[in-house]
Amino acid sequence: MSNTLALARETLLSPAGITDQHLQQVMDKLISCQLDTADLYFQYSRLESWMLDDGIINEGNFNLEQGAGLRVISGEKTGFAYTEELHLENLLEAADSARAISRAGQSGSIRITGPTSVQPLYGAHNPLESLPDERKIELMKQLDAEARAADPRVKQVTVSMVAAHDTILVMDNNGNLASDVRPLVRCNINVIVEQNGRREQASAGGGSRTDLNFFIEEDRGLGYARDAVRQALVNLEAVDTPAGAMTVVLGPGWPGILLHEAIGHGLEGDFNRKGLSAFSNRIGEQVASPLCTIVDDGTLPNRRGSLSIDDEGTPGQNTVLIENGILKGYMQDKFNARLMGMQATGNGRRESYAHLPLPRMTNTYMLPGKHNPEEILQSVKNGLYAVNFAGGQVDITSGKFVFSLSEAYLIEDGKITAPVKGATLIGNGPEVLTRVSMVGDDLQLDPGVGTCGKDGQSVPVGVGQPTLKVDEITVGGTAL
Amino acid sequence: MSSPSIELLEQMVADLLAEAKKLGASSADAAVSSSAGLSLTVRMGETETIEHTRDQGLGISVYFGQRKGSASTTDLNPAAIREAVGKACTIAKNTSEDDCAGLADAALMARDYPDLDLCHPWPISPNEAMQVALRAEQAARDLDPRISNSEGATLNTQSGSFIYGNSHGFVGGYPTSQHSLSCVVLSEENDCMQRDYWYDSRRDWHKLATPESIGRKAAERALAKLHGRQLGSRQSPVIFRADIAPGLLRSLTGAIRGHAQYRQASFLLNSLGEQIFPDWVEIREDPLIPQGLSSAPFDNEGVTTRPKHLIKNGTLETYILDSYSARKLGMQTTGNAGGVRNLSIESNNMGLEQMLQEMGTGLLVTELMGQGLNPVTGDYSRGAAGFWVENGEIQYPVEEITIASNMQDMFRQLVAVGNDNDIPGSVKTGSWWIENMTIAGN
Repeated sequence: MSNTLALARETLLSPAGITDQHLQQVMDKLISCQLDTADLYFQYSRLESWMLDDGIINEGNFNLEQGAGLRVISGEKTGFAYTEELHLENLLEAADSARAISRAGQSGSIRITGPTSVQPLYGAHNPLESLPDERKIELMKQLDAEARAADPRVKQVTVSMVAAHDTILVMDNNGNLASDVRPLVRCNINVIVEQNGRREQASAGGGSRTDLNFFIEEDRGLGYARDAVRQALVNLEAVDTPAGAMTVVLGPGWPGILLHEAIGHGLEGDFNRKGLSAFSNRIGEQVASPLCTIVDDGTLPNRRGSLSIDDEGTPGQNTVLIENGILKGYMQDKFNARLMGMQATGNGRRESYAHLPLPRMTNTYMLPGKHNPEEILQSVKNGLYAVNFAGGQVDITSGKFVFSLSEAYLIEDGKITAPVKGATLIGNGPEVLTRVSMVGDDLQLDPGVGTCGKDGQSVPVGVGQPTLKVDEITVGGTAL
Repeated sequence: MSSPSIELLEQMVADLLAEAKKLGASSADAAVSSSAGLSLTVRMGETETIEHTRDQGLGISVYFGQRKGSASTTDLNPAAIREAVGKACTIAKNTSEDDCAGLADAALMARDYPDLDLCHPWPISPNEAMQVALRAEQAARDLDPRISNSEGATLNTQSGSFIYGNSHGFVGGYPTSQHSLSCVVLSEENDCMQRDYWYDSRRDWHKLATPESIGRKAAERALAKLHGRQLGSRQSPVIFRADIAPGLLRSLTGAIRGHAQYRQASFLLNSLGEQIFPDWVEIREDPLIPQGLSSAPFDNEGVTTRPKHLIKNGTLETYILDSYSARKLGMQTTGNAGGVRNLSIESNNMGLEQMLQEMGTGLLVTELMGQGLNPVTGDYSRGAAGFWVENGEIQYPVEEITIASNMQDMFRQLVAVGNDNDIPGSVKTGSWWIENMTIAGN
């Protein structure tokens, strides 16, 4: 028996007095209808967050969440119920509701067959207890002090720090048990600067599936503070962004949000099964320049988007989405994979026991090319160098996506010149990557800040890319 | 599965406050809520998902003098509740002394409050819900052969109760319900595929728009978007259609929140009493509308809520404050802990067609993408789609463009607000006509 499974039993089942026999009893009830698959999902989460605002630690919050979600799938139909009460009678009642999707039919008896053995990608320790409370407070105050000391123009600082510890256990209708213990930490700093009556802001931060020491090691937290101040001061000098189509060079790392929005969502299995995506039925076609190879990789140790197993018990995988510009595959959960005759790819994710799993991204990034980033910038006569983004959105049907710049500069005669004000980039997913003409050798992953929303469910994700040159993209500035 | 009774929730709040006191808290407040419902989706004429939802939660804040700690839990068993209260107290020992921390003043508590008629549970079976959702989707698919695909129609019904109490002795609460029906379909023609939606949402399910009208409107919207073109970059007047105009009001309320003011994170910093719109603009908040989607007789701190003008004669009349941000600014809470409730803006009694006529040439925006507002500077730049208008009439759909300006300029350049304010949701506004913005395209 794996260590995480022992932990999951101890955390989720033992306190509620739930035995293997009870699990089998609930599953037997769940499958007493005509169905293809069914699963039970138990979750126990603890989350702690602290906020420093206006010079003081003014908020601290502890959040406890636990429950079980029960799902029955029959053909393309899904029945779902959940309960916060982890007692046999509540679970049996929820099973009754969930199985009502389908007519009564088979009966059977499910035996637990034992766990799938998976090497965890992160530690099982509790990040909430990784530092004494006093040290957490001290760390946040250090970040505040670092930002304020960096420049007298800093007027306001907000620091937030979050640690979460999530234990899950999934049982499917073959009796397979799988479990995962997921740590997640996140730190963010926002600063407001003022000069001659003009105010600007900027944010910086990071995170990982480790613990709060992550922000002390390598002075990462202090680095966020310095970077937020640097960006805010750059914004004080920013000029109006030019409006219209132009060449854009995207910096490495977090600008990989381009891949997430423009390509990633359109390659999620559910949209493609239903024929809703601009990428539906296009496997094998050229959808990007031959310079582009893009993967969704849930197997990177300690990364924010990584998963030892997904929320259906499938081990995390490295899935090639686009290889040398050719569309290779979709990201799948079990439900959509089965209906499309494909394999699940470890992308079945849910926000919590109270939500249904959906095909979702993990860490989505482009592999490096061969150009030196300097060389890429020098090749641009007039254009925009976009190094930081606030967020993005996509319409997967029309393929239109946008994302908002938070740090960008003009490129004039191959040189980076004036910073420009926040603007929006807009494009068409299936087109934008066909216009990639240079790919840098400097692949970077984002610092661990991404959260993705879909159907009202939020999950942590990662993105990354090397420096990229896109020959033409529409920039939504104010200057004509 | 039945929900706990109001009396049971009241008892839980009382127990929580007692537990906090026992642990040494000088004051505390707590809220408990519980709801149950059904969410059912049909797609392409078949049931796709049936979700039986059942949500419960509890939140507590404790104060040890001027230090605050909070906790919440979805597990309402005694052990989990004790853990949550204990954690809130531990946290309060580590947060800073904060002069502004604490409950709202006892004198402001809502002693008597009206029944706002917010609860009308819908006794609907999954089978009946399926029939309603199918009618919406079918109406959409029947409208035009170019409606080629569907993301489905969803009926969602929830009802429940909540109780808030604090150590001033205030305890209040009431049952609520909310029901919605939405439909999302795709239109397709000559390699162009578009998707759009429509919905309605009500406290009383009897008042929901008919399934057929929701389905047809979703289909009409998806069809109208087919074969959108890009525009060349230019300056142009812009009309934000009523269904996306609530976002502009939310940008206003975000900027006049106390939290944004004391953090100096607002493009309307220190603008109380300043004119920020043309003279004729009036914007009101009315938290007491019977059956209103955002109605509440008291706010999240137990403070009486009152209807008020946010903007009168174009001038900012009040910030939006809870007791914490009010103390930070040396002011009095406005009963807005938890947000703004039921906003509305006066119209100039023009329909959308008349506004298009008067504008002559310009852009009608019907869809926005991305965040694109810098809350500190007011700089605004968002992805947009809609229709190009010439001679007062819609010429063709446009897409893959952005519109940009600064929110302060947009407010000052508000030419008119339409009377086409029959939109779902808690915000009542017609279309907004803005004199000039920058469009970026090809």
